[in-house]
Amino acid sequence: MRWNERISPNVLAIPPSGIRRFFDIAAEMDDVVSLGVGEPDFITPWHIRESCVYGLERGFTAYTSNAGLLELREEIAHHFRSRYNVDYDAKKEVLITVGVSEALDLAIRALLSPGDDALIPEPCYVSYKSCVSLVGANPIPVPTSMENNFQLTVDALERAITPKTKLLLIGYPNNPTGAIMPREELMKIADFAKAHDLIVLSDEIYADLTYDAEHTCFSSLPGMKERTIVFNGFSKAYAMTGWRIGYALGAPEIIAAMTKIHQYTMLCAPITAQIAAVEALKNGEKQMKKMVKEYDCRRRLMVDGFRAMGLDCFEPKGAFYIFPSIKRTGLSSMEFAEQLLRAEKVAIVPGDAFGDSGQGHVRCSYAYSIANLNEALTRIEHFVRPMLK
Amino acid sequence: MNKEQRLELLEYIKRDAKRPVSELAILLNLPEDEIKAEIKQLEKEKIILNYHTIVNWNKAGAQDVCALIEVKITPQREVGFDAIAERIIRFPEVESTYLMSGAYDLLVMVKGESLQACANFVSTKLSTIDGVLSTATHFMLKPYKEDGIIINDVEKDRRLVVSP
Repeated sequence: MRWNERISPNVLAIPPSGIRRFFDIAAEMDDVVSLGVGEPDFITPWHIRESCVYGLERGFTAYTSNAGLLELREEIAHHFRSRYNVDYDAKKEVLITVGVSEALDLAIRALLSPGDDALIPEPCYVSYKSCVSLVGANPIPVPTSMENNFQLTVDALERAITPKTKLLLIGYPNNPTGAIMPREELMKIADFAKAHDLIVLSDEIYADLTYDAEHTCFSSLPGMKERTIVFNGFSKAYAMTGWRIGYALGAPEIIAAMTKIHQYTMLCAPITAQIAAVEALKNGEKQMKKMVKEYDCRRRLMVDGFRAMGLDCFEPKGAFYIFPSIKRTGLSSMEFAEQLLRAEKVAIVPGDAFGDSGQGHVRCSYAYSIANLNEALTRIEHFVRPMLK
Repeated sequence: MNKEQRLELLEYIKRDAKRPVSELAILLNLPEDEIKAEIKQLEKEKIILNYHTIVNWNKAGAQDVCALIEVKITPQREVGFDAIAERIIRFPEVESTYLMSGAYDLLVMVKGESLQACANFVSTKLSTIDGVLSTATHFMLKPYKEDGIIINDVEKDRRLVVSP
């Protein structure tokens, strides 16, 4: 069978992941110090794991409603009310999904038709563009740069927008740059969205991992709730990546449309993870704050480390990534990452894996022990020193 | 350094006394010199008493025996439980001692070369102290967690090398 003739062109058109390639090389090496992962190094706090085990013991093994356990939806609604002062109706405006990834896919499928355009600020999480392409719509990259602290500007949006643009997909705090959008900057984006009548998808999975700053939920901005879908989950803040549990918040109509797809593709998020998520929201804040504090220390260590080496490095204020510029070495991102891996056995991810505007940068995760980070910094320093002379 | 930072510094040293000052400086966002001076001061004030190591004795092949002893005593006028406690803690066999609420008064942890040695200590030294009314000895069989550290921890980094 000539499968390539049978596979949908939309799928064939998706380029192979730049991250995957690195994983394959690194997986065959010993003694690799990795700064390559996009997940916490903490294991899910014990009280959360224990609540899941207890749920299993009591026999919670069945489907939940498509939208997810009402108790969890109510906890989420309560969280948004108390934290951001935004009201969501737990019964109609909250959908529990298998991670934010599924939720984003649902929203994109529910909103976009073939030929529509979607604005996607870059560098950004690797799935955004592909999800848009899969429905036959066009991802329109909107570049951000270190000069602007990797913040999205209206100027860049104005240059990118097309008559067919239907939505804007933002992700702050940002993976891979660690950039955040302060409230006053988001207000400008909100005005832009209103002026062009765009739907805004706001992936806020790193909301709790914000340092020296406050996270602003996009739907909490005046007039934005009606045109925004907010995405969040438990993977990053509660160290629950493998549980695959996230959620989307939005107007009843769009949540209902997304639920339609969700019910025929996923049915519901795993009940075990939903039970654990309830526990995380009810009693997890203390441990979460502790983890955030640890990340903050490591963040300072990494910024100091890269700057001491002589690499330009913007100070990330969110997530757990640092995105130094490697332009002074004269290498491309891919060359830098590959040579570093072969010469010093340090795994990082080339910045252009997250979009063209990531070229000249590399993504280093600091979700590692300080000992591991120090070892990696020493090796990277050894690698770049001859190039920076 | 304010009180909060001081407690935080102590918390870090408590968890890992070997953490270099350069690292503590980053963790606390303070200059190295200030951290060094503060640690000296804490030692001088006897807030930091000692730097201990948590050892997996079983793995090291040591045969020492540990016992927890519940001790009931008669409190004395003016000094309460303190005088008797002071007598007990001077014995080198005694590792730690706490005044407790509840069914007994002192919890005494004793370490000896053998079961016999511990038992001997209790019967000849501890229970014969004036004011000690009774003792109940529990021998420790297996440690699971000590000072916040899980002894045989099987949790480890199971993440992939690279992920998005």
